Amino acid sequence: MTATINVFLKEGVLDPQGKAAHHALDSLGFDGVADVRIGKQIIIKLDTNDRAEAEAEVKEMCETLLANTVIEDYAIEIN
Amino acid sequence: MKVAVLRFPGTNCEFDTQYAFEKLGHTTELVWHEDETLPANIDLVVVPGGFSYGDYLRSGSIARFSPVMKAVTRYANDGGKVLGICNGFQILTEAGLLPGALKRNNNLHFISKHQNLCVINNDNAFLNKCEKGEVLNIPIAHADGNYYIDEEGFKSLEANEQILLRYSDENGKPVVVNGSVTSIAGVCNEAKNVYGLMPHPERALEALLGSEDGIRMLKGFEA
Repeated sequence: MTATINVFLKEGVLDPQGKAAHHALDSLGFDGVADVRIGKQIIIKLDTNDRAEAEAEVKEMCETLLANTVIEDYAIEIN
Repeated sequence: MKVAVLRFPGTNCEFDTQYAFEKLGHTTELVWHEDETLPANIDLVVVPGGFSYGDYLRSGSIARFSPVMKAVTRYANDGGKVLGICNGFQILTEAGLLPGALKRNNNLHFISKHQNLCVINNDNAFLNKCEKGEVLNIPIAHADGNYYIDEEGFKSLEANEQILLRYSDENGKPVVVNGSVTSIAGVCNEAKNVYGLMPHPERALEALLGSEDGIRMLKGFEA
């Protein structure tokens, strides 16, 4: 199975990269941009075919290493 | 005093740190990240600056799982003194030994310059030779020094006198350098035996090179 993990700064935690990209889009004339958030995507291939097992394993990976839950949220998608 | 200085792949301030403590008359020992124990009879562990593991994923996020960090955690939990400088501060927050986290600087720049700092609390084993409100001039050099802590965490930092230093002007008034919450440049844990700061006191030992304010900071551990 493949796990796709999106890691983003939490709502309310200022995202300097998102803000810089937002300014750049504004100055390029792209109107109507309300907000830009920049995060990272981590793709993990797993040996197991058991969805529940994969989900539990990846959640533990996120809590342990892949996200810093002081400042970041994560979302897991398993396919 | 005997000081253990940690070394990870990508650490680059270990020799400066050794030089600093040896200049003050102490002995130092480098400790490799794969070591599972710390040297015997040490008085202080320093996690020095650099770019451990290339800052991949997040600064300090991989180094914190090194075998030596398990030993450092045990040492800190037993009351041993630990100082994290720059990347060392990032590693200690990632390891959960210090509260909060260090984000990318607000302006996205790598900031490298001499910076004034105001001493906020000195009732601890690190800054006891500095005065409250005193302004020190110490170099900073970082891209991820933007200290973040949530409101509840901030309140307990203040209440427990865990805020060590703030970026300031020459009069001690806080200034925005990297976006840190209330301009925080350094904090300690609740038990006041683990310290972290983004500025580099080991680079401020010679008046000829711009500042010797680092001496008084590092001498604090002698008390």
